[in-house]
Amino acid sequence: MVNSQAAVLIEDLRVRRDKHEVLHGIDLRVPPGAVVGVLGPSGGGKSTLLRAIVGVQIVQSGRVDVLGLPAGSAALRSRVAYMTQGTSVYDDLTVRQNLAYFRAILGVARSEVDRVIEATDLGDVADSLVETLSGGQRSRVSLAGALLGSPELLVLDEPTVGLDPVLRGELWRLFRTLAAGGVTLLVSSHVMDEAARCDRLLLLREGEILADDTPAGLLESTGGVDTEDAFLRLIERATTDVRGVS
Amino acid sequence: MKPTATLATAARVLRQILHDPRTIALLVVVPSLLIGLMAWLFDTTPVFAQVGPAMLALFPFIVMFLVTSISTLRERRSGTLERLLTLPLRRLDIILGYALAFGVAAIVQAGVAVGFAIYVCGLDVEGSLWLLLGVAVLDAILGTTLGLLASAFARTEFQVVQFMPALVFPQVLLGGVFLPRDQLPDVLRSISDWLPLSHAIDALNAIARGTEDIGGDLLIVAAFALGAVLLGALTLRRRTP
Repeated sequence: MVNSQAAVLIEDLRVRRDKHEVLHGIDLRVPPGAVVGVLGPSGGGKSTLLRAIVGVQIVQSGRVDVLGLPAGSAALRSRVAYMTQGTSVYDDLTVRQNLAYFRAILGVARSEVDRVIEATDLGDVADSLVETLSGGQRSRVSLAGALLGSPELLVLDEPTVGLDPVLRGELWRLFRTLAAGGVTLLVSSHVMDEAARCDRLLLLREGEILADDTPAGLLESTGGVDTEDAFLRLIERATTDVRGVS
Repeated sequence: MKPTATLATAARVLRQILHDPRTIALLVVVPSLLIGLMAWLFDTTPVFAQVGPAMLALFPFIVMFLVTSISTLRERRSGTLERLLTLPLRRLDIILGYALAFGVAAIVQAGVAVGFAIYVCGLDVEGSLWLLLGVAVLDAILGTTLGLLASAFARTEFQVVQFMPALVFPQVLLGGVFLPRDQLPDVLRSISDWLPLSHAIDALNAIARGTEDIGGDLLIVAAFALGAVLLGALTLRRRTP
């Protein structure tokens, strides 16, 4: 079975929220050890897709398999790490106390806390209350929580929002190192210049996948000069198609 | 069951409380202040001797209900609950962790309130002080568990605060503080028999009078607390719209 090798396998996924269908039959196959960028405008269904993969989204129909098991299976909870779009950490605890709590639940080594603090460059504020930190620092605490232990799949919803370019570069190097070690990463972003750092790109708009390709393949098929340009051309093509039909 | 996850959650909730000195002060001092006010209000009458024990049930119950329902609602709204539910821990671990942490807070609060009522306000207690303290703590835990449950049905802080008049005040009115329960109209009397706070107040009154046949009352209060914990765990949904 070729399918059993996929880190994430989705067939005809449909999701409704408040009577509106927000994902219209998504098909997707994510190879293991890849960094996949999930790009697209906000409201396009990026977060909903990621939530369905993590197994916290009520889905209408379709199949979502993660690491060979149905999404949301109990056995996946220590193998899949998730960073939500909001910074889901406790404001009234210090950085270290937040991470120590998540570590205790995961049951991994205590030294993991220091490792992820270093990886996200939070050493200087490790003992500060999260509510005193800047937006970028808070989102790094949230990311650090997802890095604890050794998850096989990392689902990160906008992990680099509000970070300075130097730190963003460092985090992407960390993502690449993880992927080189066999970890699969799904990273959503609306910063197009991050797209070039991914192995594959998923362009999501209005609940449909516009493109699922390598960055190079995307530029080639659209004739765009960069990812942003390629995306614009795809949208243009999609809207003229619709007009042609009607 | 994973005891480490339950204990880690309880420790985390207590740490959050410790970072908030104002909440601690309110938790510990407010019930005693209200009891003191009651004692002063009825200084020249025998009323405090009659309602004093009930006050030990009332104020910790109300305060713990509010504190717990709001802090768990905050967890639901901040996204941390969604994160927790993707981690390897049972839903019951979260609820029990909260119940344990606020149970510890309840012990401190009820201890201060009981000590204040007896040694400062001169409340007469014939029965065992330890038993009185135990019932007051159980009652505060009941407030905690009902607060946990109530937060599941609220989407906003406004709604959760409205649950207090809806769920708590009827129990106070029918609990025998305003009118002894045996003088209530028949229908109300039977309703009050089904409310946990009535039994907590009965138990405290019995201890104050020196009769200690309160096993049935305690069982009912504990059953409600346990039921609220289990229902609370069931209302936590891993998948949400």
